[in-house]
This record gives sequence, structure tokens and C-alpha cells, in this order.
Amino acid sequence: MKPAPFTLHRPRTLAAALELLAELGPDAKVLAGGQSLVPVLNMRLAAPAHLVDITALPDVDRVESSGAGVTVGALATHRAVEHDAGAHEHQPLLRQALTHVAHPAIRNRGTVVGSLAHADPNGEMPMILALTEGHVRAVSSRGEREIPAAELFVGPLETCLEPDEILVSATFGAAGAGARTGFDELARRSGDYALAGVGMVLATDGDGAAETITGLSAGFVSVTDLPERLVLDEHVAGTPTAEAREVAEAVAAAVREHIDPIDDIHATADYRRHLAGVIARRTFTRLARTNDRPRTQEAHA
Amino acid sequence: MTTRMFGQSITRREDPRLVTGAGAYLDDLAPGVLAAAFVRSPHAHARIRDIDVAGTLDVPGVVAVWTHEDLPGAAAERLPMLLPHPSISSPHTGFALARDHVNHVGEPVAMVVAENRYIAEDACGRIEVDYELLPPVVGLPAAREAARAVHDETPDNVAAHHVQTVGDAAAAIDSAPHVLDLELEIERSACIPMEGKGVIARWNSEDRTMVVHSSTQTSTGLRAALAAKLGLALTDIEVITPDVGGAFGVKINHPWPEEVAVACAARALSTTVKWTEDRREHFISSAHERGQLQRVRVGFDDSGRIRGLDVQFWHDNGAYLPYGVICPLNTSTHVLGPYLVPDYRVEFWSMYTNTVIVTPYRGAGRPQGVYIMERTMDAIAERLGMDRTEVRMNNFVREFPHPLGVIMQDGAEGVLDSGDYVASMDKLRALVGWEDFVEFREQARAEGRRVGIGVACYVESTGAGPYEGGHIEVETSGRVNVFTGLTTQGQAHATVFAQIVADELGVPIDQVHVTTGDTRKMAYSVGTWGSRGAVMSGNAVHLAARKVKEKALAIAGDNLEVDPGDLEIVDGTVRVKGDPSASMPLSAVSVLSNPLRYAFDESAKAATQFARPPAPGAPPVTPGRAPGLEDQDFFSPVRSTFASGMHAAIVETDPDTADIRILRYCVVHDCGPMINPLVVEGQVHGGVAQGVGGALYERMAYDDMGQLLNASFMDFLMPFASEVPHIETDHLETPSPLNPLGIKGAGEAGTIPGTAVIAAAIEDAEGIPIRRMPISPSELWQLRRETADAPAPAAR
Repeated sequence: MKPAPFTLHRPRTLAAALELLAELGPDAKVLAGGQSLVPVLNMRLAAPAHLVDITALPDVDRVESSGAGVTVGALATHRAVEHDAGAHEHQPLLRQALTHVAHPAIRNRGTVVGSLAHADPNGEMPMILALTEGHVRAVSSRGEREIPAAELFVGPLETCLEPDEILVSATFGAAGAGARTGFDELARRSGDYALAGVGMVLATDGDGAAETITGLSAGFVSVTDLPERLVLDEHVAGTPTAEAREVAEAVAAAVREHIDPIDDIHATADYRRHLAGVIARRTFTRLARTNDRPRTQEAHA
Repeated sequence: MTTRMFGQSITRREDPRLVTGAGAYLDDLAPGVLAAAFVRSPHAHARIRDIDVAGTLDVPGVVAVWTHEDLPGAAAERLPMLLPHPSISSPHTGFALARDHVNHVGEPVAMVVAENRYIAEDACGRIEVDYELLPPVVGLPAAREAARAVHDETPDNVAAHHVQTVGDAAAAIDSAPHVLDLELEIERSACIPMEGKGVIARWNSEDRTMVVHSSTQTSTGLRAALAAKLGLALTDIEVITPDVGGAFGVKINHPWPEEVAVACAARALSTTVKWTEDRREHFISSAHERGQLQRVRVGFDDSGRIRGLDVQFWHDNGAYLPYGVICPLNTSTHVLGPYLVPDYRVEFWSMYTNTVIVTPYRGAGRPQGVYIMERTMDAIAERLGMDRTEVRMNNFVREFPHPLGVIMQDGAEGVLDSGDYVASMDKLRALVGWEDFVEFREQARAEGRRVGIGVACYVESTGAGPYEGGHIEVETSGRVNVFTGLTTQGQAHATVFAQIVADELGVPIDQVHVTTGDTRKMAYSVGTWGSRGAVMSGNAVHLAARKVKEKALAIAGDNLEVDPGDLEIVDGTVRVKGDPSASMPLSAVSVLSNPLRYAFDESAKAATQFARPPAPGAPPVTPGRAPGLEDQDFFSPVRSTFASGMHAAIVETDPDTADIRILRYCVVHDCGPMINPLVVEGQVHGGVAQGVGGALYERMAYDDMGQLLNASFMDFLMPFASEVPHIETDHLETPSPLNPLGIKGAGEAGTIPGTAVIAAAIEDAEGIPIRRMPISPSELWQLRRETADAPAPAAR
């Protein structure tokens, strides 16, 4: 389990990094936290001739949050985002899901943007980018472009990025006023990829007994080919939150109808489909119930 | 008086070094030496047409490339069948490097030796092997069907077939008031130590000798095996065991192919060569265990007492059989457990498949035997509507010794020598709150939760022979060196053997230094396996310490001019009983034990010829007494001693997700008098962790083509600390009559009933018979669906 030979480049400026990528083309891979790429290299599942290590680039580790969203720089680690108060205030889904990403030692090294570039449908971060209708900023020596989540992910472990592009940041949409978010998953062991996971954003209007659900959207981990956002408004809109249980089964059914899990050695597709429905139902009813703590409700509260 | 160390929970003396990173494991040794890497078969079953190594020649840093035809002499012959047994009809073993055929994914085909491992792996990638694919035999059903064979010479795939009978089981079952049939299944798992295998072979061309370092459970076994393969005189090869990062059985089967190839290369190149197994290699080319299909027929009376038991099982031994039938033999002899079974018949078939070989993993076939009997006990209770602990109580053996009537893995008849199963069960019921569980279940049910409780009992033959030895020397500084030949792979040998010696010799424990697994220090040894270290070497060092003590008292008696019988050793000082003023330190006795010509240092003067002239007419060394305050002794038991125990688990199963959580895990454990209760607790905890892994997480996911789909820590689900429950323990200490210290083994106990007890608890929670283990949430959910009109959990 030693990697094939490669040349390691460690540029000090973004311009130098982009120049390298333009020159090296498809023979190069960008290395940031290395939590996915290094095992792949060691098992010789990939053997790029060049690695462009971007960890020396200045000013790309920032996390900036506002009502417009949470913007995460290319070198911000999972752990940094998990602990960022502003990020939590403006998009609590991030912390809610990040506590499920592997283990602290891995979150200390792994980067959120790296997860997005890896585009694993078993990953939590791509799902949240899709669910919050976020976007990424890709830069190359040819210029710069903003790519919405819906266009970034084109297949399992596949993005629309060109070999000469670097993702310099990602922006997750903010949770709007009155919105509640929740994430839950079931994994075989703590920190494993989920058998199924569900993130949700619930929108409401009114207060107390008069509070009514106005919208619901969901994203999925491990049960769809692509990270995506499923709008479930038709099943819940207009329902008083106090009566959310009445429509919870419809939410579960809609989720099971929508997703497309596959069999693997850990679970059957049928089980994952069932499980995703259960998690969706539970997350939805939990969010509807916790109307006294808008927007800060935690997974596993 | 010195505090007796036996029975003290002193902390492990090896830990400060190991937990501060000061350990030296195999790969830490000999940095910079040549590295070996192996080309391994990507196919489960194939004929090798051609191996083309031409592509490696221009890789800078490559030193040698070997295939089977490069192996010299005996190294080119098949690896040895280590444990011949009369039941083995078709003994097949592999080669150090494959010749003509490969029989499992991962089998070594070629070896590259290079300046470092990176280069060696690069070169491996350039070797082209032309395979003619053959259809593989994967899984026991395919092996039994025998539509195709793993080995042409064995068309039925049966490596061994064995029957043992006690009385007439068929007749006893036929005449019993109740009869039950069960079909059971248990999947593969594996030891998966933190450190894989590894070897460093150093050839000294000046004196034509070899020193081997190996991450092994038996340095003497490896020494003998390599001497035979390399055609070396035993005196020309030594094997040293460095710190070993766990083994659990997988490092007992020597020689491994890689060890033979690496040692040959070291000699041929007149240098040092290292091979460190990586994680993927460990998964696909070391060893697995556990996989069996089992069929049970039992006859019993109205109180659940077994009248007759008939067991058949099929054991998947993988592609080769180097370690014989130890695992299925243990299964077949441990089915009986702590129970009185008047008539018993057991029959097994050990089957070849195109998968990794099967050798012992902590428990070594015993967990499967316990699974058979404990699933049967629960089925009997279910049939009769009886309490599950009551059925077990009704079947317990109550008188000792109790001959089992079956021949064990050591060739001797099994005899339950000691124990108190009724007392153990009383303790377990109290510990887990067996009576209170009904109320807990009702409460949980009212909250919409589903909980269940299970219990499983086991006995374990431990401390098997043939022998171990201890050699103890007291240096002139008073330092006490203890040498025993078996190896250490995480056990607290440096602590517990020192406790035993400190007691017997009367010295402070910090003066006692233990060395294990070094053939230069103790050439006679068997190894560390089968919960035998404490029983075998513990008693051996105890006996050796007694002899050294006798010698010390004799020498001190001569010098103090008192009868040795009037002397005692306290805190490292020999003194006259009742008159502590007449004394001499053990260090001084050591000086005097070795008559000297030269005074090397101040203390040595006392032993020189003018300081201490011999009595007129007597030689300086007393006849019959060798120089030096040292001696050795060996312990060889007549048979294994049986430890025992009982586990209870409470689980919760999610009614919707079928997720399985262990709420409580209770252990009552009887390994006789405990040398160090803290160490025993640690053994139990580690064992339970592996038991939980085997019950809920671990399996070897082979596809139909014999590819192992989960050969990494991402997909092989070894439990993390977060998956292992808090473990509650209680102990019983019934001494064994079979050894001087009265002790029994503790190494494997925690693992043995794990699968059985978790299956029982899930069955209790679900009200669905659990017949296949391990079980995942996905499988439990599927089982619920298959069980039409799934009933609510049966009230017990």
C-alpha cells in the first residue's frame, strides 16, 4: 500500500497553482486535506503523475457567514466549519451534519471544499450544498466561474470541473427566517458512511398553536446517485405544525418514492429505501415539534 | 513480610513504554534494509501459464525478482502440514511462491526485493502473470455441492471428516419425550490485529548464520520451520520476537509463504530483507476463521434435560489446510459446554474453498460450538415455555472431575476438572438482574421500545501442553532475569510472570525482568495460543523460581553456616528465620554462586579464590550444583484445564430501523485464582469487543468469484470503542487441580460466547428465531419481513 511515483508541487500563490494545473493537464490532481485522495493513491486505485498541493496558498481557509449564506474557503477544514459560530448561526445544517462526518481526527484534516470536489453521494457536504441551493467558485488560468450545486455534481464521484480548475470556495445557502433544519443518519459504526441519511429544511409561518408549515425540502446521503434537493411542499404545506404527524407518513412515502438506493455488502436497497423513509419521518416530526427553538435545533438534540 | 504479589491488581509494567511510543515493533526495526513486496493472485482459482518479469529489469532500485523456480531445495516444496490428525484425508498446503496453480485471491506468486517498499511495489506492478481462469469454489454450499473442486485430487472438496460418539445419541434422541431440529449458520471473521504479520531475515555471511525477527506467536516454531526450509542447522538460526501489536491466533501458523521467500532471499543476497504485511495483504493473504453450517438434533425431557445430542457441521477451511483441523475439532469438543449430555454424536466435514486459509482466531472454533449449544438451549426453553436460565441449570454438570468422553485438540480426553456452574449462574442472574428484566421490558414496551435479554454459558479448554519452560538467573547486582520461550503480543507477561517469580523468590518485583519469545534465551517452547500463557509459562517460572530459591538457600546456608531449612528470603535478602541479623542479600549469594579467578569489580572479590578458598579437598564448585544463581524448570500438564463463564446481554432493537444496540453486557468469569485481576479484566474486555464484532459487525464479504469485497477498514466493520458496550464483570475463582498455581487460561474467554449471547438477546427482543450470525440491521429488517405476521415478542 505505497503509492506509485508522483511529483509533488506546492505552489505559494493561486496564480502559480493555476499555471501548474494548466500546464500539467489531466496528469495532475489537486491535494488539500488528503483524506480521500491519499488512501486512493496508497491503494493504487489512482496514479496521477503530479499532485498540486494547495495547502500553502494564502487566504483560502476562511469561513464567512451572513444572511446571504456561508462561504467556505478551499482550505477550511471540516472541524473549522463545524466550530464556526457564524456558520452555525446562518446555516445550522453544517454543524448538524459535520458531527457525522468520520471522526475528529479526520475532520481536523479533511476540507469541506475537498469533499465537494470529491462529489461522493455518500458524503454529507455535497448533500448540504445541494439542499441549501449553494454554489462553488471555480478558478482557472482561463478565468473564474460560479457553478450552482445542481450543475456541479454530474455523477457519483464526478463533477463538471475541468482538470485546470481549482475550487477556491463554496457558498452554502443560509437558512431563512422561520426555517428549521435537521440532519440525521444511521451508520453501521460511529463515523462510517451512512446506510441512509436525511437533511431537512422546514419553513413555517405563524406562532404557537397557529403555526403552520409552509414548506419542506430534503437532501439525502447514500441513497441517491447525486446530491440533490427534493421539494416536499405538496405533502405538508398548510398543515399546522401541531398536526405534522398526520402528514409524516406521506413525507416518508414521497422520500421512498424519490430515492434510488442500491444493494451493497452493508445493506440491501430495499432496506435503505425503508430506512430513508423512517429517518425522513422522524426528522420531519422532530423539526415540527421543536417550535420553541427555531433554527438552532441540533441533530440528536 | 513482602506483600504477596499474586492476586494484586498492579498496573501493567509494559504500558509506560508502549503508550509513550517507545515500543519497537517489527517495522520499527532495521530501517533502510531491503524491502520485499509480493505479486499476489487477483484470481480465486487459476492455472499459471507464464510469469513475465522482464518489465521489472529497468526499474531502478530493484535487487531481485523471484518466482517459484528460484526457490532452493526444501523451500521449493510445499509448506508443512503442521498438525496432522487422523481425520485429514486430503492434506493440501501451498507453496512459498505459487507453482502452477493459485487457489485464492492474495496467494503470493512472485516476490520483488528492492531498495525500499515503494520501488518493490512499483516493480510488482510490472510483472505480468498469464492466468488461465478456473471456476472458483466459494462458500460452503458450493464446496458441499462439489460441482467443481478446489484441488483436482480432492473432487469432493473434503479435507477432513471426523466423528466422535459418546453412548448412542440416535437412540437417546428417539426415546426422548421431545425432539428439536435446528439449522444454524455462522459467517467468517478474522483476527485483524493492529499490526499485521512481518519478518526481517538477516544473513551473516561471515559465520553463515541467520537471525530472524518476526511478529509471531511462536519464535521456536518459526525457527524450526525455517531451519527445515533453508536446510540450516538449528544452531545457525535464531528467532527473536520484538513488540507485537496483537495476534489473536493469526501469527501462530508458521512458516508463512513470505517468511520462507524472504529468508531465502536474505541468504542468497547475503544481506537483510524485510517484509511488513500491509492491511490489504492481511485481509487477503493471512487467515480467517469461524465460517460454519451447522445442523443440530436434540432429544430432551420435560424439564429440558438433554437426553441425546446429534450435531453435524461443515467447516470452511479455505484453500489449504496447514493448521489441520484444530478449529473444527475445538467446535466439536466444546459443544458440550458446562452441560451433562449423556449421549452425544458429533460429525464434521472440513471443506476446501477458493478463499483465504482458516486458522485459529481467539476462541479457535469454540465460539461456534458454544453457538450450537446455546441456541439449542434457548430452543428447548422456548419449546417447553421454561425460563432459559432454568433449563441451563437443569443441565449443568455438578460433580468434578467430569470426563467428557471426547478427545480434545491436545490428543487427550477432555475432563471438566473444576468449576461451579450453579454459583456462576447465580452470580450472573444477580449481576444482570434477570428477575427484574420482565418489568424493564414492560416499561420499555409502554414507551414503544423493544428490548431483549440473552444468556450464554461456555467452558474453555485452556493451558494445553505439551509444555513451557522458565529459566531464571539472579545477577550479582540482585537483578532477576526471567526467560520463557513463549511470545508476547499484548498480554501482560512482563507483569504477571514477574509477580509469580517475585513471590516465590522473595524479591521486590522491580528487580524482576521478563524476556519472552527469544530463542537465544530459551530454545524450548511451544508458543502463545489457546489461553495457555499464564497456565504454562506461569507455572514453569513458578517451578523454576522454586529451584533457584532452593539453590540460593543452599549457598547462603553454606556461608552463614546454618541449615538451609532455617533460612527464608524476604525482600531480596536471605535471612535466618526468627533472626534477621544473620542475613546476606541475594546479590551476595549470586556472587558466591560463581567461584571466580578474577575480580572484575568490587563485589566479585568475595568470590575469588583467596577471598573464599574451598574447604580442604573440595572443589570450588560443589558437586551437583552448577555455577551461577540460576536454574530452569518445565511445566507439562497431563491435560488441559477448563475455564468457564457466562455472559448476559440486554439489547434494544429499533422497531422501525432494526438498528441493534447493546444496552448492557454482563460477564461472570472463572479462570481460577487470578494472578492479576486487572489484567484478567482487560482480557475479558478485549475479548468481549471481538465477540461483539463477530456478532454484529464483522464478516468476510466474498463475491461469487472469490473476490473479498471488504478488504479494508472502510468496509470491514471492526467495532470502534463507540460500538463496544460498557462491560460489567464478576468473578468466581475455583482452583484447578491440574497445576501448582491452580490457574486456568483467560485469553479467549471474553470472545467465546459473544455471538451466542447477542443472538439470544435479539431473538428475545424480536420473537423471531435467530439462526444466522452475524446479523446487521438490514438483515434483521429482512428477517422481520420474512416472518409473516411477525408476532410480538413472546413473554417469558
